[in-house]
Amino acid sequence: MGQHILPVRTYLLVFGSLMVLTVLTVAAAFAHFAHPWDDVVALSIAITKATLVILFFMHVKYSTRLTSFVIVSAFVWLAILVGITAIDFAARAEQTTEQPMSVVPLEMRAIGDEPAEH
Amino acid sequence: MSHAQPGLAHHFDSYEQQKESSSLGMWIFLAQEIMFFGGLFTAYLVYRYLHSDAFAVGSSLLDIKLGCFNTVVLIGSSLTMAMAVRAAQTGKKQQIVTYLILTLVLGGVFLGVKTVEYGAKWEHHLVPGDNFHADVAEPGHVQLFFVLYFIMTGMHALHMIIGMAILLYMIWRAKQGAYTPENHNYVEGFGLYWHFVDIIWIFLFPLLYLLGAGGVGA
Repeated sequence: MGQHILPVRTYLLVFGSLMVLTVLTVAAAFAHFAHPWDDVVALSIAITKATLVILFFMHVKYSTRLTSFVIVSAFVWLAILVGITAIDFAARAEQTTEQPMSVVPLEMRAIGDEPAEH
Repeated sequence: MSHAQPGLAHHFDSYEQQKESSSLGMWIFLAQEIMFFGGLFTAYLVYRYLHSDAFAVGSSLLDIKLGCFNTVVLIGSSLTMAMAVRAAQTGKKQQIVTYLILTLVLGGVFLGVKTVEYGAKWEHHLVPGDNFHADVAEPGHVQLFFVLYFIMTGMHALHMIIGMAILLYMIWRAKQGAYTPENHNYVEGFGLYWHFVDIIWIFLFPLLYLLGAGGVGA
């Protein structure tokens, strides 16, 4: 049959690890690391938790390479989405919080419109 | 060549191939879901970096204890779901039903807590729109935080509600003995979906609840 039946102990160990990591992420938040390390720590812990769920609860450690390929590609596309959006915003003129802004702060104009009043 | 094997669709050569195909199909759907939630996370990340102080204020208005409790509940439901799949793999019919029911109950607890949280937000005038009012430095940007909070946790909750409806169906089918060691692809496939919803929350919790932990602007 080729199915991998994991022992109950494995699932309990993974659950225990996820609980420890949850405690760690809350503790890290209250520890107030200097920016950007607070984000690095939070994301690292979240990625570790997600990896444990993917490998063991979702059985990917025991699945085919085709399955892994689909998962990796999804994250590659996600990285393109986040990465290029980040580059876009990083390259823009600085927006300060003193400017009056509505709930939707981005100004949308079509090419050819008159420039907005400033 | 005729297949007399029960639960094996005619276009597959073996249970193994059928199982692999079923799993791959679900993963391709989850890849789409990663991009779908990815768009929401990208929007969050952009506005969070443009308005970090306001987002820290917004985050501090969420209840970390409830968020933490819900995280434990949801990860627990992933454990019970993994155990349900294991019960199907080992042909233990009653165990499948038990673990599916436990998963359903834990999902219900999660949604119950979210309902309490949403209700509290309404009371404290933190629901975006006419209801919103906050005596803070940047009310517009704090409201933006709550727009993202409600959309992201709302989408997540919608995924959970759909999941719970499917769980009800599976409990009924499991009682009928529909899931065998040779073919329990439905349970396994749903398990993948449920674990994915758990992973989304694993990212939502720190990003939404823990930004302003222990005091804003520290």
